[in-house]
Amino acid sequence: MADAVAAPAARPGRRAGANWGLRIRQRLDLLAAVALFAALYLVYQLNHPKGFTSQIFIQNANEAFALALVAMAQTVPVLMAGLDLSVGAIMNLVWCIESHIVRGGPADIALGLVVCVLAGAACGFANGCVVVYGRIQPIIATLATGAIYIGMALFLRPTPGGKVDEDLSWAMASDIGEAAATFGFEEAFETTWLRPIAVLPVPLVLLALIVLLVWIPFNRTITGRTVYAIGSSEGAAYMSGLPLDRAKLAAFTVAGLFAGLGGLFLALQTSSGNADLPQAGAYTLNSIAAVVIGGTSLLGGSGSVVGSIVGAFVLRTISFNFRIFDVDPLLQPLFEGLVLLVAVSLSGLSMLRLSNRLEVFR
Amino acid sequence: MTPVGNETPFLALENVSKRYGGVHALRNVDFACGRGSIHAILGENGAGKSTLIKIVSGVVRPDEGVMSFEGAPVAFANPAAANGAGIVCVFQELSLMPDLSVAENITLSAPPRRFGLIDRGAQHRRAEELLSRIGCGDVNPMQRVRDLSLSRRQMVEIAKALHRDPRLLILDEATSALTAADVDRVYRMLFDLKAQGLGILYISHRMHEIDALAERCSVFRNGRHIETFAKGTRSPDEIVELMIGRELESQFPQKPMRERPKPILAVRDLAWESRLAGVSLEAGSGEIVGLGGLDGQGQKELLLALFGVLRGVKGEIRVGDTVQKPASPRKARDGKVPIALIPEDRKSEGLILPMSIEDNLVIASLPRMTRAGLLDPVRVSACVKAAIAQLGIKAESADQAVSTLSGGNQQKVVIAKWLMTRPEIILLNDPTRGIDVGTKQEIYRLLRRLADEGACILFYSTDYEELIGCCDRVAVMYAGRIVRELEGEAITERNIVSSALNIGTSGPARRTEPLDG
Repeated sequence: MADAVAAPAARPGRRAGANWGLRIRQRLDLLAAVALFAALYLVYQLNHPKGFTSQIFIQNANEAFALALVAMAQTVPVLMAGLDLSVGAIMNLVWCIESHIVRGGPADIALGLVVCVLAGAACGFANGCVVVYGRIQPIIATLATGAIYIGMALFLRPTPGGKVDEDLSWAMASDIGEAAATFGFEEAFETTWLRPIAVLPVPLVLLALIVLLVWIPFNRTITGRTVYAIGSSEGAAYMSGLPLDRAKLAAFTVAGLFAGLGGLFLALQTSSGNADLPQAGAYTLNSIAAVVIGGTSLLGGSGSVVGSIVGAFVLRTISFNFRIFDVDPLLQPLFEGLVLLVAVSLSGLSMLRLSNRLEVFR
Repeated sequence: MTPVGNETPFLALENVSKRYGGVHALRNVDFACGRGSIHAILGENGAGKSTLIKIVSGVVRPDEGVMSFEGAPVAFANPAAANGAGIVCVFQELSLMPDLSVAENITLSAPPRRFGLIDRGAQHRRAEELLSRIGCGDVNPMQRVRDLSLSRRQMVEIAKALHRDPRLLILDEATSALTAADVDRVYRMLFDLKAQGLGILYISHRMHEIDALAERCSVFRNGRHIETFAKGTRSPDEIVELMIGRELESQFPQKPMRERPKPILAVRDLAWESRLAGVSLEAGSGEIVGLGGLDGQGQKELLLALFGVLRGVKGEIRVGDTVQKPASPRKARDGKVPIALIPEDRKSEGLILPMSIEDNLVIASLPRMTRAGLLDPVRVSACVKAAIAQLGIKAESADQAVSTLSGGNQQKVVIAKWLMTRPEIILLNDPTRGIDVGTKQEIYRLLRRLADEGACILFYSTDYEELIGCCDRVAVMYAGRIVRELEGEAITERNIVSSALNIGTSGPARRTEPLDG
């Protein structure tokens, strides 16, 4: 029985190369989204009269930032094969809270910002509690809580208004050099080696920081891995002794945190507050579209927030192009829908490979 | 019960019982196994082996009895608690996350961490180390489990179990999906682990594996622990005897004596992925042909292939006079010779539970129920009434949700639903699993009546008694092909069991290798 069957030895040299190929194959969805974005954005910049200037970059980054964060928020429940219909509402609520409290001295502003961040996370945690302890499906639980959050936002801001610290507003919506100058650090970027950074739009840098400081660490905890495991096979996750409840609570909390950060920025950008029901709804739906374009499966288990950021950029770039080419605003939803359809059908291709047709339904 | 040496047993169960509803899965079982040995557990389908290991590994809790591990009494609340105590089970159904990488799966329950965060480098190295320990150094830890072959997934599952540093390792049919090369790797790994002093419980249906590996064997039957003996003290015949050990009751209708009819269904060299490896079979009108063998030898896949569910099936299927592979269940149902499949899982594939009995009954034969494109309520209710009477479905009204019926009545609804399509070939996938004896007997009589009326019936059952009592012929499957066809007097439990284990009467067993898809 035990005739020697030599185990094929691992060949480290070849392995490194093979791993690159593997990495690319495993992230084809994301790469497709990046390519789509690059193509659309290039068309936009080439046709813009002020194309490739820092002014345009900053303007675009500002417009895309909030949606990118809300899309990141949506990604986390989607990885668990759930949908969060309250992300737009959380964003809106934080926006309204901020228009009341972020002003005054530096200490007041700092405290106000912390409160806003915590408010977003608290909304997400509440969602998680309803899902975990109420044993309610995420989509319907968040439909209800989302309505509650919008109600609270309307209570805080029955009419548009309020005010946010102006220096902070200006700094957030410009490039790094400008932001430093606003707070009296212009010398910092006089040194030559920092100059290339100075032209980066603040929103992009913030996005990168959020991914680096929140998402990547979260992804590397057992909790974060459990989020993926739940979406992939909840039964197997249970059988493997993973902390399911904790992961669900954490996932919704992180989603609330991201959505809240989106609202935080929106308030700074507009420097006022507005409880806007249609806008909250539009953000929620667009976030789902961005998640799908970014290559995250609605069935859960695979994808990443980075893809969703690219997805959000794709959606925004479509609108930028409409502006440049002067497309009738009435036709815009039609084109957006077509692009979404193409992007989504790519992810359905894998179904063609199944050889047991019953598995399509599993 | 045979004591294991003089020391306190490594793992011991005393008087353990477990019931599911009215069914005794385990009755007053005493069982012990020692460390540094491989202990095989044998038994027919439903003998209680799976329940035993589920109790040991914390998946279910016993109704009665105590379990002790390393001398101390234990009661596990969940699988994680059992893992914590050092008992790890490699289950038959894979517990891997298809979307995560091999390395992530292997270290899933306790990944190596640094500063509280998962250390990917260490995780990669740990996975490589474990994989090379079981001779699978060629599996790339970064690959997604989804992209691995079934055999390789099973090996990853074993590596995952080893990551938890078990002191008692349980393998439940862990080799059933493996290629020959991987089986050899597992053998070597098991001998290594044994030498390191682990206790190993090995559940397998393959006699030659047990011969090669185990020092001790325990036979289970009907939820009872029958006997434990050292390897070599029993002949294969005696083991089969121990596994069967019961008499046949006459609960089956008389079989007619007649010539074998001309085949209406003929299958040649049917192959699909790794599950079907060249099946050839014929069945005629008026015949009940049984599919036997142990669970998971390709019987279900054969039925699915005939019903058009599987894609990429190779070989020839002849239905009536035409050679054609059904492209979908819909085409199979609507063909010149209509086919029906009574599926395995009535709750997910057979019925739409929240819908009424009436709606479920007509759902497969809606095209017959229309007039001018609209459903004809008069015809529908007439057909439903006839079906309820024909099968003797016990329900207050045809409008009640089918989920409110008992298992036996639900199964009757599934059968009636397909009979309404007037099939000439009826495929049944273990139709009596989990239903009461009375309904079973009704189903046996019904099958015989349908056959007498000219239907061709292909009947897979995990219950050997049923195959013996009902079938004109029994084809026993093993590793994706038919190893033996039994007819008439030759359909005995002994013959079925020995063919199912592929020990046969003709010389030593030779395992037919499943192809690695």
